Amino acid sequence: MSNKNVFFNPFSKSNPVLVQILGICSVLAVTAKLEPAIVMGLSVIAVLAFSNVIISLIRNTIPTNIRIIVQLVVVAGLVVIVSQLLEAYAYDVSKQLSVFIGLIITNCILMGRLEAFAMANRPWPSFLDGVGNGIGYSIILVITGFFRELLGSGTLLGYQVIPQCLYDAGYVNNGLMILPPMALIVVACIIWAQRSYNKDLQENQ
Amino acid sequence: MANLRNFLDRVKPNFEPGGRFHAFHSVFDGFETFLYTPNTTSARSGAVHIHDSIDSKRTMIIVILALLPCFLFGMYNTGYQHWLALGSTDFPFWELMWYGFLTILPRVAVAYIVGLGIEFIAAQIKGEEIQEGFLVTGILVPMICPAEVPLWMLAVAVAFAVIFAKEVFGGTGYNIVNVALITRAFLFFAYPAKMSGDRVFVASGTPFGYGTALPDSFSGATPLGQIVGQTGPNIELTGIDGKIIDTWQAFHGLIPGSFGETSTLCILIGAVILLATGMASWRIMVSVFAGGLFMGWIANVFATPTYPASFLSPLDQLLLGGFAFAAVFMATDPVTSARTGTGKYIYGFLVGVIAVLIRTYNNGYPEGAMLAVLLMNCFAPLIDYCVVQANMRRRTRRMLTAKSARQ
Repeated sequence: MSNKNVFFNPFSKSNPVLVQILGICSVLAVTAKLEPAIVMGLSVIAVLAFSNVIISLIRNTIPTNIRIIVQLVVVAGLVVIVSQLLEAYAYDVSKQLSVFIGLIITNCILMGRLEAFAMANRPWPSFLDGVGNGIGYSIILVITGFFRELLGSGTLLGYQVIPQCLYDAGYVNNGLMILPPMALIVVACIIWAQRSYNKDLQENQ
Repeated sequence: MANLRNFLDRVKPNFEPGGRFHAFHSVFDGFETFLYTPNTTSARSGAVHIHDSIDSKRTMIIVILALLPCFLFGMYNTGYQHWLALGSTDFPFWELMWYGFLTILPRVAVAYIVGLGIEFIAAQIKGEEIQEGFLVTGILVPMICPAEVPLWMLAVAVAFAVIFAKEVFGGTGYNIVNVALITRAFLFFAYPAKMSGDRVFVASGTPFGYGTALPDSFSGATPLGQIVGQTGPNIELTGIDGKIIDTWQAFHGLIPGSFGETSTLCILIGAVILLATGMASWRIMVSVFAGGLFMGWIANVFATPTYPASFLSPLDQLLLGGFAFAAVFMATDPVTSARTGTGKYIYGFLVGVIAVLIRTYNNGYPEGAMLAVLLMNCFAPLIDYCVVQANMRRRTRRMLTAKSARQ
């Protein structure tokens, strides 16, 4: 697989959320507003890229029996760094994301990429793979967050988007959009659209 | 009638392959089979299938007939509550009916146009004939909502329910949960301000310029909505004129509430029609009421001021709110309920228990009946599975004992 494919495939064809259905929990949890969704996406890109590189660098020295523990230690270290950085420079957002930054450790996408890719590839492709999968995950997060904040709160990134005259005319924000069930349905719609477009992803009947 | 048949036969060629309007063949087919029972049988040669004349379109029409008493009463009650709120003392029958009719007409129209529109489009895309399931759903939806629910909200909710509760599962007959109740649940969670509280259950507007508008400050809570504020063992529920609602009034249904579900009397008439024609399962109906009585009795025995609804008598639990309507028209939906005989008893009983449980022990959700039916819809296949498995185990054991006895 060329480096280009390694980087671009996770955007759509092997998207971690849409196709592998990994990392769903955080998609449901942090997408009620757009801003935490973007920050969460950036955090995952950073953690995924660097943990992939680190694991790839030391892949030949890790004893097979304890490789999961080693991977977890690396990821945990990076997550603590990200979490501390957020608390230092973006305190409000880190408050909103609360435990979900810490829970990046348990994000299935991370362990999946480390096991499936970084353990068997050189650092540069591993880095590309980490960034690619991180972006693939973030795209879904941002799309979901966009629709949920727009329809649920009438704002985007905290700014009023739906004009006041619509509210005066009787428009009401959709309260269900703020609740987690609607995140699942928004993700389902994205999956629906993607599979209608990419016919080869459709399961055989 | 012959004229109608002749007309259909005359225009039919236009909709057949090669005809001018072939693109709309599913629409034509939908109307034709709605008006006349199709005279075709399965095409496989040598088949000996006998078709009952009661196909699903005829079933739906009978359900609509059973809903009519509730619908007419809803029209009258909408007008009655409006007149009462105006402080009027005489209630001219036809004016009340006309007011109620004008209020509900746009809701029914929107529900049908949006729902059938989506069904027609889906049928056209899939190349199937139009399924008739929305015929009943379209009339149920306005009946279980407040009479003045905004039209655009209704349209959004119906579209959501038809697409996500029905079409994605494969259309009529394949849905897991009740489509009309999903519409209501969507409205309830998405726009709570328009679906609950003391502002929405009495029609206050002037539909098509008819009637007198109520002042903005007007408020009139439903009986179940008032319970939250009560504490003592003697619960006093009042109508919007300030008079106390007794059990008889809760039974005949001249009380504020959702459009078609206030009158237990009319619901019972509908139940008689459904049972006499064999359209609904008496097992489910009886066991829902039994479950409600049982849970109402338990709640009443352990009544506490923390949950004021527990002071209601078990009978009042059945008469108030949407309980009776859910028991007769929602829980008995043949697609989403349990199919096995024993399963129907379990399913119905749990619907009744959970409805009263939610309504009593969660003051925020007076409409427990809706959530109870939706929840049990999800469990119906599991109940059926357990019943079938238990049956198989029992018969296997019987067979083994018979075998060993013979040896």
